[in-house]
Amino acid sequence: MAAPLREGDAIELRVTPDPYVTVRYAGASGDFNPIHIDEQFALQVGLPGRILHGLWSMAQVARATTEAAGDPTALRSLSVQFRGMGRIGEEVVVRGEVSSVADGVATAKLEATQGGTRLIRNAVAELRVS
Amino acid sequence: MPDFGAVPVPVDKIGKRYAPVTYAVGREKVREYAHSVGETEPLYLDLGAARAAGYADLLAPPMFVVVYASAPFIAALFDPELEIDFARLVHGAQEFHWEQPVVAGDEVTTTLTVKQISERAGLRFYTFETVSVNDCGATTCSGTWSTIVRGVQ
Repeated sequence: MAAPLREGDAIELRVTPDPYVTVRYAGASGDFNPIHIDEQFALQVGLPGRILHGLWSMAQVARATTEAAGDPTALRSLSVQFRGMGRIGEEVVVRGEVSSVADGVATAKLEATQGGTRLIRNAVAELRVS
Repeated sequence: MPDFGAVPVPVDKIGKRYAPVTYAVGREKVREYAHSVGETEPLYLDLGAARAAGYADLLAPPMFVVVYASAPFIAALFDPELEIDFARLVHGAQEFHWEQPVVAGDEVTTTLTVKQISERAGLRFYTFETVSVNDCGATTCSGTWSTIVRGVQ
């Protein structure tokens, strides 16, 4: 178990999506939208290529928080806003900070970026601290 | 570009509730999902570790909710009564509140409701709410799914 989250604690997670991450995530999640798994289709509809699933990126934010808490059951809530399109092969960085701890709940504010693109902004996570 | 101005916002569909969908959580599905998002937590992957921690089977990661609660969301997006142009649809925001943990072997039933439909600046906003309950009737997770359909500028 990690030390309990405290106000001001930094949270960071880095992950580089490999070429098949969207294929595995499509199978695991059931979201087979071709913009995520079919390069030709993605190019035809004007995208730069296959893009990451937004909910995969949200899962990275969730993972960053539970790993920081050292407890996979600590997450009570997570809200995010989806922004830029995530690309394959480029590092995704989740960064955030615990903004407050009160009444057994730590609140963290986070975002997920890839290069200069914000994939997720205004993420707010509430984690149980014991 | 579709002109939403010619089509009234289907506000009478706010409050529409869809038939509940039950999902049986499988051990290998939990592992497959955990691997697909890069999880290394033993409680999601190692049956011995999960049982030693007091769980009947593998614990599902919190975001596994998208596996058991997405079916009614997808069904609503294709509901002709909501007049959603799927090609112009963007997932704008997402919120989840977790209560009871989910483990392999659970059956989770999700009910989806249309929470809000509105229009602003050539964009139409659809917000859906899901509530998922386990076999014991306890809520595992509630979700707010916010989508945007691009129309006239």
